[in-house]
Amino acid sequence: MNDQNFDNKNTSFSYLESRPLHIGASVPRLDAYEKVTGKEKYAADYYGENLVWAGVKRAGVPHAVLRGIDFSSAVKVPGIVRVLTHEDITGSNRQGVIRKDQPVLVNDKARHCGDAIALVLADNKESLKEALDLIVCDFEPLPGVFDSEQGLRNGAALVHEDNADGNRLLKGEIKTGSGSDAYKECDVIVEACFQTQSQEHAYLETEAGWARLLANGKLEIVCSTQTPFRDRMEVAEALGLDPTLVRIIAPYPGGAFGGKDGVTVQTLLGLAALHSGGRPVKMWWNREESFVSGTKRHAALMYYQLGAKADGTLHFLDVRLYFDTGPYDHLGGVVLTLALEHAGGPYRIPNAQLTGWAVYTNNPIGGAFRGFGVTQVTAAVEQVMDMLAQKLGMDPVKLRLKNATKRGDRSCVGKTMVCSNGLVECLETLSKHDLWKQADDWKSSAGPFKRRGVGIAAAMQGSGYGPVVPDYANAKVELTSDGKIRVYCGVVDMGQGNASTNLQIAGSILGQESGQMELVLPDTDRTLPSGSASASRCTYTFGNALIGAAETLKQRILQRAADLFMASGPHEMALIPGSVRHLPTGREVPLFRLVKFFQDSERIAVHHFRAPVAADNIGVSPEIKLHGLPHTLFSFGACLAAVEVDELTGAAEVKRFLAVSDCGKVLNPQIYQQQIHGGIAQGLGYALSEKLEVEKGRILTTGFSTYIIPTASDVPEIDSIAVEIYEPTGPFGLKGVGEIATNGPLPAVANAVADALGIRVFESPLTAERILEAFASNGRQESSI
Amino acid sequence: MKQAIALTVNGDVYEVLISPNQTLLEVLRDKLGLTGTKKGCDLGACGACSVLLDGEAYLSCLMLAVDAVGKEIVTIEGLSEGGDLHPIQKSFVELGGLQCGFCTPGIVMTAKAILDEEPQPTEESVKKKMAGNLCRCTGYKKVIESVMSASGRMGGKQ
Ligand code: FES
Ligand code: FES
Repeated sequence: MNDQNFDNKNTSFSYLESRPLHIGASVPRLDAYEKVTGKEKYAADYYGENLVWAGVKRAGVPHAVLRGIDFSSAVKVPGIVRVLTHEDITGSNRQGVIRKDQPVLVNDKARHCGDAIALVLADNKESLKEALDLIVCDFEPLPGVFDSEQGLRNGAALVHEDNADGNRLLKGEIKTGSGSDAYKECDVIVEACFQTQSQEHAYLETEAGWARLLANGKLEIVCSTQTPFRDRMEVAEALGLDPTLVRIIAPYPGGAFGGKDGVTVQTLLGLAALHSGGRPVKMWWNREESFVSGTKRHAALMYYQLGAKADGTLHFLDVRLYFDTGPYDHLGGVVLTLALEHAGGPYRIPNAQLTGWAVYTNNPIGGAFRGFGVTQVTAAVEQVMDMLAQKLGMDPVKLRLKNATKRGDRSCVGKTMVCSNGLVECLETLSKHDLWKQADDWKSSAGPFKRRGVGIAAAMQGSGYGPVVPDYANAKVELTSDGKIRVYCGVVDMGQGNASTNLQIAGSILGQESGQMELVLPDTDRTLPSGSASASRCTYTFGNALIGAAETLKQRILQRAADLFMASGPHEMALIPGSVRHLPTGREVPLFRLVKFFQDSERIAVHHFRAPVAADNIGVSPEIKLHGLPHTLFSFGACLAAVEVDELTGAAEVKRFLAVSDCGKVLNPQIYQQQIHGGIAQGLGYALSEKLEVEKGRILTTGFSTYIIPTASDVPEIDSIAVEIYEPTGPFGLKGVGEIATNGPLPAVANAVADALGIRVFESPLTAERILEAFASNGRQESSI
Repeated sequence: MKQAIALTVNGDVYEVLISPNQTLLEVLRDKLGLTGTKKGCDLGACGACSVLLDGEAYLSCLMLAVDAVGKEIVTIEGLSEGGDLHPIQKSFVELGGLQCGFCTPGIVMTAKAILDEEPQPTEESVKKKMAGNLCRCTGYKKVIESVMSASGRMGGKQ
């Protein structure tokens, strides 16, 4: 594997039964064959001759000054190649997407238990483990901050002494209409405080990579990442290298969900490869390390007041959000900003006062996670909506329909919604579904000691980067010298299926079947910069670029063929699988022959696309704008959970789940449904079982036996319906489907539990203990639901 | 300290030098280069490392390589016969029983063991028997559909 040549790594699909690639058809995923035979090579699967294993000594303490590192015994372990510390780093030794506040290797103090202190290189795993155990860190413990509200108080320990705002990473404030003053004009007000937990991504492939330094000075890093192009810049800066000397190669990650949006192993691997004497280096975090050092969905504390007129017209919203971002920015400020933008849900609320803080603590790092801040606030706003419906004596679907935004309305931050908006269709479809229409019958047929409830939630999810950071993609399509169509994917496919969809798009435009297609996965040397695999943007942004590139190539092929056939023009020519046909005569030229009449430079077509941004001036600070507010493209959804609660144990079980979503036109129903199902399962884990136990910055649940993610027998029967409203700016009318489904499950389940028991649990996950406790104290809080 | 053993994997015999405390998973991946078998936890809690030993599903991360001596080991690489996909694999491809695919080898091998033991299982039974194989991507719906369709494809026979 040392003679690995990444320059020729293309995937072709000739081994699969060749299929037409139509838009809208359930074409089986073109990555499925490789994955189902075990042939697909993930970052974790790279080894090679003369391999060096790299591992990290972690701090193990949440907050402490690092006075020294003693690795004198570690280097004596047979098989140890090197032990590296911050002193071996010649670059900035800092990483981060917005604020560069995270050290590659700690040089001053540990700010959370997962901080990397030293990097060990060894000939084998046994020596590596032994040496890591022998490294002794001399720490002077510091008081820590383990709670976001506490972190903002005067006198709290400081996570970053050099931050002018203390432990405040970002504060965002938005006021619309008359803000809090509108309180007085409401007929009904509901008020509640919600607490949502940290959530672990729990991708099956933990953070992994492989790297080598070539003789020409080029550093090649193969890694499980969502962000190869950004990684290249980060690695280069942190290690003091010329970015053109860093190449990031991104195979399919074994799951990511936001947890690989940003650097994990990359810089450490790069550093290791600079010191391994030319040998290839492998790093693969174990599961515990992944829990301790990886990012999490931000734990949130959310204070809500929602007011309405007597007829149910929403009038006023006051929200205060505290997001625990852990010790580093990562994407914490951006997550908070999305939370603020979506704090009022997909509703018209003319007067709002929204304030949020992303707070540094010594807890695990808060970062990107599918839903990206929207998941937290949706849990809150959809529960206060139900509380309001109850207070008004209104049907919860009707209350939502009454206030649902339509195109042309303003969202709660004052942004005019200009994209397609199928929220009303989603809610109406839900209300006509048997699960809603027959909810009363279903509830009343609960068995002994069981109570049943049905809860709903609506959601919207902004996609793309917002108004400032350019959201672009550069697609590249090639007619290969043997007449195949090769698509160069600039955006990672971490499982969501966009690589396959890209082939479907290009194949459809160029009239080719899967057997004529080839694929190149993201690689900073071969594919073109196209941003991150995140923000529900992948197929929207890259797909739009790809349409341009494929159309250009198509015209070129047809024109050249028309010239050859002395046809009157390209309109007489048609691309058919493997060939071009002259329609009036029926004569054909195979692509592998036609390509001989192309110069190399003509065989490649590229196209750049930049996503539209909001032009609204809604009066937020430039800093908040930079963090992404407001968005202009949104997906919508409504969902329903039918839940049965065991009165004796408190355990809630979701029996049925319905999701109705508007993500624009569906390009591939199979892949679309996978995204919805998977999002729901993650959302249900968040709602019911996934409880990251963190005590004074230390995670106590560091494996799948204590951190419980849904299994095949936990996920209920799911009905998923697509409301396909055409989005004019999307590729073939599409909007993003990556995140929307994750947002509804928690509030829908919480609303169903409240419906079943007449009490509400304000803290997630809704474990049996919490439900039982709330049930037991029912008498004390009956008015608060 | 190292010890030479012979392992029969997918019908081939491999002579390999191992440490007695090395797991079968580690030997398959690191020594034999059979990286189709995945590691998701190394602690017996995710099922990604499932392989067949004499026809039964085992977690290769919990088994010492020395204990697999003398058994017929089948990994994902050995499931399809000469380029042709096994009916289970075909079903997973057709019905989309995978996304990132990292859980897939383990899930497919477990499915094989399930269907060998119970050629016409109910959905409930498949869900129960598949509960040791975590998948973080798909929500399992299409995974279960794939196994059910494979059962049909195989004619309900072993
Ligand atoms: S790797 Fe063996 S069960 Fe997880
Ligand atoms: S497909 Fe990704 S874990 Fe199952």
